[in-house]
Amino acid sequence: MRLKNLPDHLLAGKTQTHLISSSPAKQLPFASFNPKFSLVSKKSTEPTGAAAESQMPAVSLHAKAPANAKLSAEQRIELYRKMVRIRRFEERCLPVYNSGKIGGFLHLYIGQEAVAVGACSLMGKDDHVITAYRDHGHAIAVGMDTKPLMAELYGKITGCSKGKGGSMHYFAPDLNYWGGHGIVGGQIPLGTGLAYAVKYQGKKGAAMAFMGDGAVNQGAVHEAYNLAALWDLPVLFVIENNGYSMGTSQERSSAGGLAERASAYDMKFYICGGHDVYEVRATLDAALTRAREESKPAVVEIDTYRYRGHSVADPDKTYRDRAEIEDYRKTKDPIQVFQNQLVLEKVLTPALIEEIDAAARAESERAVEFAEASPFPTIADIQRDVYWETDQPKRTSEGRIFFNLP
Amino acid sequence: MPVLTYREAIRAALSEEIERDPNVVIMGEEVAQFNGAYKVTEGMLEKYGPKRIVDTPISEAGFIGMGIGASMLGIRPVMELMFWSFYSVAFDQIVNNAANVRYMSGGQIACPIVIRGPANGGTNVGATHSHTVENILAHHPGLKVVVPSNAADAKALMKTAIRDNDPVMFLENTILYGEKGEVPEGDITLPFGRAAIARTGKDLTIVTYGRCVLHSLAAAETLRASKGFDIEIIDLRTIRPLDVDTILRSVAKTHRLLIVEEQRPYCSIGSHIAAIVQEEAFDELDAPILRVGTVDAPSIYSPPVEKQQIPNVDRVIAGILRLL
Ligand SMILES: Cc1ncc(C[n+]2csc(CCOP(=O)(O)OP(=O)(O)O)c2C)c(N)n1
Ligand SMILES: [Mg+2]
Repeated sequence: MRLKNLPDHLLAGKTQTHLISSSPAKQLPFASFNPKFSLVSKKSTEPTGAAAESQMPAVSLHAKAPANAKLSAEQRIELYRKMVRIRRFEERCLPVYNSGKIGGFLHLYIGQEAVAVGACSLMGKDDHVITAYRDHGHAIAVGMDTKPLMAELYGKITGCSKGKGGSMHYFAPDLNYWGGHGIVGGQIPLGTGLAYAVKYQGKKGAAMAFMGDGAVNQGAVHEAYNLAALWDLPVLFVIENNGYSMGTSQERSSAGGLAERASAYDMKFYICGGHDVYEVRATLDAALTRAREESKPAVVEIDTYRYRGHSVADPDKTYRDRAEIEDYRKTKDPIQVFQNQLVLEKVLTPALIEEIDAAARAESERAVEFAEASPFPTIADIQRDVYWETDQPKRTSEGRIFFNLP
Repeated sequence: MPVLTYREAIRAALSEEIERDPNVVIMGEEVAQFNGAYKVTEGMLEKYGPKRIVDTPISEAGFIGMGIGASMLGIRPVMELMFWSFYSVAFDQIVNNAANVRYMSGGQIACPIVIRGPANGGTNVGATHSHTVENILAHHPGLKVVVPSNAADAKALMKTAIRDNDPVMFLENTILYGEKGEVPEGDITLPFGRAAIARTGKDLTIVTYGRCVLHSLAAAETLRASKGFDIEIIDLRTIRPLDVDTILRSVAKTHRLLIVEEQRPYCSIGSHIAAIVQEEAFDELDAPILRVGTVDAPSIYSPPVEKQQIPNVDRVIAGILRLL
């Protein structure tokens, strides 16, 4: 995909930082990430039961990175559980979408889970996150409950945005999660502003502003880069490079490298793989620590992949090969990679793997039940949450503020 | 009462709010070292230092968006657009982020940002620099729109704007910056949505705002002297919220309405006010509602002709004479 675009020195570094695989591990009979399912089936997933010959590397080179070495077994399991919960939640969205109960667009994060989970697992109380419309993974990663997430997709008042935002506009400011933004690149100046506020208020935190590989070509992104570098703002511009912006490959949309553009602004950049959650954590830990301690921005480009079409409406037939998807799935599926890793570490057992999976499936089922049972917003709700002022018991201004027709 | 220019009045409001609230930051192109392109922020860098008075690069999408993001975390940025005309390069940030983020988050986020700067024609700077954007801003629920016509209002409304927890678009006027007026001392604010009756009368109501208030007052005086007309003038002060009650009350008294604005006629603020008045006070009207506005073309450069393109005293007089 994009490796060939990288200059040699980066390629070399990259290979080194990638997982090594001396002897391919035997894949455990956790086959619920059945390759066939995610490709074609619209039905729910089924375990194959058979142990497959895995082409996945067995040991993560990044397990010993300080950010990872210090993790307790419970914390490792939690990382794994979050990735599984994201995948099961999104898989559960599909039949709901196909039954017509979810409107609009549904951009699935399946395949990219290690990025959001790795990144958000590093957040301290003064760290903030903002992303684009492919936002379900980040929402679960920061700790949002899946019930209001599913209800939001249904357009119910119990949704995380009261049914006013939809799939692309999840928010949880109480968890330092600032959305969920539908305009490609438009959230990047906002993320820069979060960092500005953190710095202005004298706090030791940082903002992570996520975007796709397509977003880097937006002017607002470059304006934000310049401001962040000029003013030493503690912001990480995290590019989740899944190789495509809708149906346009990186080669067809971007001249030169993506992360490398940071150099023009005298900003540091990092490039890493996004399928090993340990690698994501190791890279972002370094970048976040630097951002918090030295108040320095950086660009972090994370190589990842989406299995599904751009959105559920994308038939995904014209711009990439099935083989490419299959290859990623076989060699880099982030959940399988981490599962293998944790089995080797003796942190996960087959029984625990089953239990986590069953719990995630049950959770997404409960989310659907919750969403089904919830009411829609009322007509009166349409004009709530427009102004801070009009949401208060008493208005501070006078005059007409909503222009309703008689 | 002290007499201040419109420019000084805004500066006084900014300074008082900076002193009152440590979260207030003034930001924009040339606001600090250069003292402001129109000198509104003159001397403030020296007084308040570079943390509070911040020069930005020429990067409206970047810094307006950054200000919106910072406001979500409780900073109260007052962002200067050198001209409101330049909002077009930050339009996405204003209408998608500032206006929508509260709504799309189900009311979880507030954006207490002020964006301010001049929005007017009449200074021979051509079409790119002469946009009057109040209608376009007011079209977006979530935004508030303020259009002061005089120094006292500018100060009081700016203080209200900075304390407001919603995004406020504050539209000034380069030609008014030097206009003097009495400005009461002290911490005086004005609620948005309360129009001023700039002149009382019984024969005709003029609804107007911004610099057109001055033209309207001059026209009314001329016609009082020459024809004895008794004209009521309503200065809206804010476009959203809009003081509809004061308009309707005046129309119920005079039964004739002229709207004077520096907008192009199509889809203007005046179009909407006319719609409201005919919907809600049709029986009070003894004549069609008429408007005086900008001649419908991009802003012409040619100095003498531009004076005719936008409202002026003569054109307001002509408008009044069509109704009386
Ligand atoms: C300003 C703007 N232009 C176009 C779109 C339509 N659109 C939505 S997503 C997308 C592709 C973006 O790709 P990328 O940034 O790589 O993110 P990914 O979808 O891969 O996560 C496009 C063109 C949009 N939402 N906003
Ligand atoms: Mg992409």
